[in-house]
Amino acid sequence: MKIDTNSNIYTFIYASVMVILVAAVLAFTAIKLQPLQEKNIRVEKMQNILQSVGIESTVENAETLYNKYITKQIVVNYKGEEIEGDAFKTNLSAQYKAKKEDKVLPVFFVKLDDGKELEVIPLTGKGLWGPIWGYVALENDFNTIYGAVFDHKGETPGLGAEINKSWFEEPFKGKTLFEGDDFVSITMYKGGKGAAKLAGDTKHGCDAISGGTITSKGLERMFKEEWLYNYEAFLRKNKK
Amino acid sequence: MSKNSKLLTGPINLNNPITVQVLGICSALAVTVKLEPAIVMSISVTAVLALANVIVSLLRNTIPSRIRIIVQLVIVAALVILVDQILKAYLYDVSKQLSVFVGLIITNCIIMGRLEAFALGNKPYESFLDGIGNGAGYAMILIIISAVRELLGAGTLTLPGLGELRIIPQSFYDFGYQNNGLMILPPMALIVVGIIIWVQRLKTRELIEEA
Repeated sequence: MKIDTNSNIYTFIYASVMVILVAAVLAFTAIKLQPLQEKNIRVEKMQNILQSVGIESTVENAETLYNKYITKQIVVNYKGEEIEGDAFKTNLSAQYKAKKEDKVLPVFFVKLDDGKELEVIPLTGKGLWGPIWGYVALENDFNTIYGAVFDHKGETPGLGAEINKSWFEEPFKGKTLFEGDDFVSITMYKGGKGAAKLAGDTKHGCDAISGGTITSKGLERMFKEEWLYNYEAFLRKNKK
Repeated sequence: MSKNSKLLTGPINLNNPITVQVLGICSALAVTVKLEPAIVMSISVTAVLALANVIVSLLRNTIPSRIRIIVQLVIVAALVILVDQILKAYLYDVSKQLSVFVGLIITNCIIMGRLEAFALGNKPYESFLDGIGNGAGYAMILIIISAVRELLGAGTLTLPGLGELRIIPQSFYDFGYQNNGLMILPPMALIVVGIIIWVQRLKTRELIEEA
């Protein structure tokens, strides 16, 4: 018997079977691969934190190095008080959206081989196309930037995506968050007219990306009102 | 030339998906700022296209014609999600680089175009060859555009596995040479596509339509 592929019943059955089959295959793969994917994300986070304090790691040794150098992980609230919580597992994008009073803010303490003590603060913000994030390592004075790394989900290649390149990250080193007693954080300046301003702001100014204005501005807001300002009380309390 | 080898080589020149069939222009603009994402995108599109072509061709006699577009979309979307999941689990670095572009494969008109135009009416093996051929034709144009744009726009070429290679030497810059920032912006991709189409039609007269 020849089946009429144009009949309504056939079409219905075909569509239903196809949807169920595809859904089953996709669900199965997603569940099977989830542990591996989560491990990749965890290792990447460890590598990012290590990189912000200048330690290069590979996928294999990231976990060992992380356990060696990270001495303490705490979470604080916007008043700078230490509260209950797991710093590593804190979901930053949820904290980004949370109300100021409810925000849980992770801080990682690092001790390097030469005895130098640093703090790493994770950053999160919005670029042009999606989230951008980073880690900024501070010296023991809770003021001077020791190192910074940034990354993004899908900024424009060659423009905004350059924020994860070392030429962009390098100038952050040695900048300070406080000017006297004021929390001024970091400001981004673009070339042209901004070049003169950049030269005049050696302590808090960094070079933005031409053509990547929105990403650069998003990064500046991440250092200011959108994220780092939440840490102001904590930094002020410990500042030397 | 045999019929099958024509399926493979045709799309590279006479029936090129971008310059002749005018399919897939959108991704030719979006992912060609640097060479590396263009290469990875080409490989992914070729893989998805060949697989989707084979699957649709196998099912071609069972697909109800009234919902065939939906069926094709489901197949392509499922394949792309599978590729994305596998990349995230086993090739995390690559998946990070591709980021949103993997999802964009679903909307790439080359895939739907070839499924409609070829796979629905031909046998699986021929459809597979057609997928590979069109993928290669697409890859060739993407690589040319991205090489031109990256070289003139940033003075570098980024190859998978080798990283960023500086092609234009520092001494040029010392003499006052400047990167052309315009090359990085999307309109230049369109202009480069235009130039490729022009050169191709100069060489192959039979492509010129009667006015």
